[in-house]
Amino acid sequence: MEPFTTLTSKYMPLPYNDVDTDQIIPASYLKVTNKDGLAEGLFSRWRYQSDGSPDPEFALNKSDHAGARILLAGDNFGCGSSREHAPWALMGYGFRAVISTSFADIFRNNALKNGLLPVAVDAQTYRQLLSLVEEEPETAVTINLAAQTLTLPDGRAVSFPIDAFSKTCMLQGVDQLGYLLKQSDKVLAYEKAAGK
Amino acid sequence: MSQAKTLFDKIWESHVVVNEPGSPSVLYIDLHLVHEVTSPQAFSGLRQKGLRVRRPDRTVATMDHGIPTRNLVNSDQLSVNGGQWVIQDAMAAKQLKQLETNCRDFDVPLYGMDSPNRGIVHVIGPELGLTQPGKTIVCGDSHTSTHGAFGALAFGIGTSEVEHVLATQTLLQYRPKTYRVNFAGALPPGVTAKDMILALIAKIGVGGGTGHVFEYTGTAVSQLSMEGRMTLCNMSIEGGGRAGMVAPDDTTFEYIAGREFVPKGAAWEQAIAQWRALPSDEGAAYDKEVTIGVDELEPMITYGTNPGMGMGISTAVPDPAAEADLSKRASLQKALDYMNLPPGKPLLGHPVDVVFVGSCTNSRISDLRQAAALIDGRKVAASTRMLVVPGSEEVRRQAEAEGLHHIFMAAGAEWRSAGCSMCIAMNGDQLQPGQYAVSTSNRNFEGRQGAGGRTFLASPLTAVASAVHGQVTDPRVMMSQ
Ligand code: SF4
Repeated sequence: MEPFTTLTSKYMPLPYNDVDTDQIIPASYLKVTNKDGLAEGLFSRWRYQSDGSPDPEFALNKSDHAGARILLAGDNFGCGSSREHAPWALMGYGFRAVISTSFADIFRNNALKNGLLPVAVDAQTYRQLLSLVEEEPETAVTINLAAQTLTLPDGRAVSFPIDAFSKTCMLQGVDQLGYLLKQSDKVLAYEKAAGK
Repeated sequence: MSQAKTLFDKIWESHVVVNEPGSPSVLYIDLHLVHEVTSPQAFSGLRQKGLRVRRPDRTVATMDHGIPTRNLVNSDQLSVNGGQWVIQDAMAAKQLKQLETNCRDFDVPLYGMDSPNRGIVHVIGPELGLTQPGKTIVCGDSHTSTHGAFGALAFGIGTSEVEHVLATQTLLQYRPKTYRVNFAGALPPGVTAKDMILALIAKIGVGGGTGHVFEYTGTAVSQLSMEGRMTLCNMSIEGGGRAGMVAPDDTTFEYIAGREFVPKGAAWEQAIAQWRALPSDEGAAYDKEVTIGVDELEPMITYGTNPGMGMGISTAVPDPAAEADLSKRASLQKALDYMNLPPGKPLLGHPVDVVFVGSCTNSRISDLRQAAALIDGRKVAASTRMLVVPGSEEVRRQAEAEGLHHIFMAAGAEWRSAGCSMCIAMNGDQLQPGQYAVSTSNRNFEGRQGAGGRTFLASPLTAVASAVHGQVTDPRVMMSQ
């Protein structure tokens, strides 16, 4: 996993609540046996029209937002299915962080394991970010993971929560599996004691 | 006196292997269920790192999401390679094949295409007796919460975590909070477990249970059959919950007694004694609580594009203009635009193109019995297509032994073999753009049942009533006829 330290980028607005993982990546794209090609399916139901051409009204298709590495989305982002294809698709497309007022549990877990940073902010900050980007699509923000801050264009820094363990893994770009593998003696002892 | 504990506390605490400050707990996993869609990348990860599956004896795989529900049993199509199966989608076929290879290479038991025990992972786990009280159970699938009906702690995980469990039989987890949902009273006729869970989600919203594990309690829950409890726990994730649980009791023990993987003889007696200690202690504290009275509950139906957008079947679709919260108003408007529904009108009488009875929510034998009893002697409306897809091959055989398939087919419904089918529309069973379905599945997200398709979630009874009339229908009207 690629380490995440700081990121300064413009951000793409997707101002809907409860964006589910079926929208992030529809099931028809889940037949892969690797992680390739998922970026094409990202938000495909919203991104393409019924004839397969890009919908010019959808944020992902607007040149204004091209190159944004941060997604700004409404409350409870990533609800529904546990498919890890959702963070894979977002990252495959180029996103490294999602800002929202809240995240669904499994999506949050999956994102953190892949180096996609979930940044939870209060409702007022969310609304401010939304109106800023609606006025000026080039608006950029800076995320500093070590400091756990999101810095707005006016210089205001808001802090966001992340557990210490995931933070260390993301800063260093290390997989959590390494930690678990190191516990194997304790697992063995547990199995013995519990008769498992 | 020791502190009063919840069912969740007891299971959690007995499965924590390591608890280091500053790190999530290392939680031991008793049972890991695997299916074809969320596992290939996890097995690839093992291969790349030179790792093995640590406990193949605690791992069980099946095929459900991508498999066709038409085969030579119920189709006159011939398969290309002379086998039983007709898989037209090359990618789906490759994914199924990959699971076979992975299970063979890593010694994981597989209930594959030709297994008589194959079925939706959350249907076969309980059926085989793999699902037992007090266990920790995971699967790369959010509806793993289903298994909580037995008083297990069961939750969905992502593919990275699937790899973690395969390699270590453990998971890194922060302790979730607890949320007690008390269903008080007794269900009126025509109202089912599906309606209870839809009512809960409509009340607390799709994010209402985030960070929490639900425990369902109350008279209406203890009176439910195991299959009803599974329906209830199944949709915990739709309320944002990590898991859902019901305390094990005699109903639980009766259901699992004698099943293949359940302890026998003296070990069974010992297991029962342990399981009897699992229910929450008197006075145990929960982080959150809600009570829902069911005496007046109506059949529920969803009108929108998430499972929280549900209502009593006799009421009217809400008006976005009446919603004060601007972002909620926008979400509701977006949903009604997609569903092409006017606000302020009831759904009753709305035309229905397709009725789907199936999915890990409502595809068990009691669901099919209920559906068959209501449709017996009636016909599916000419304008409507109805699919009945049993949750497992075991359910299919049982239903056929009881003659339920004849009842469905005589009514004009399609009778299929087991799989996820139109719940997720990965296998070719899907809605056409613009079609409306009444579905007994669990998700009404945009395009979930096929691009452009529109889903009303409801109980099997409501589904059958709507199939017969070709429009959204209150099953209670038909039941009194
Ligand atoms: S039936 Fe539907 S919800 Fe259940 S496991 Fe299959 S796809 Fe998932």
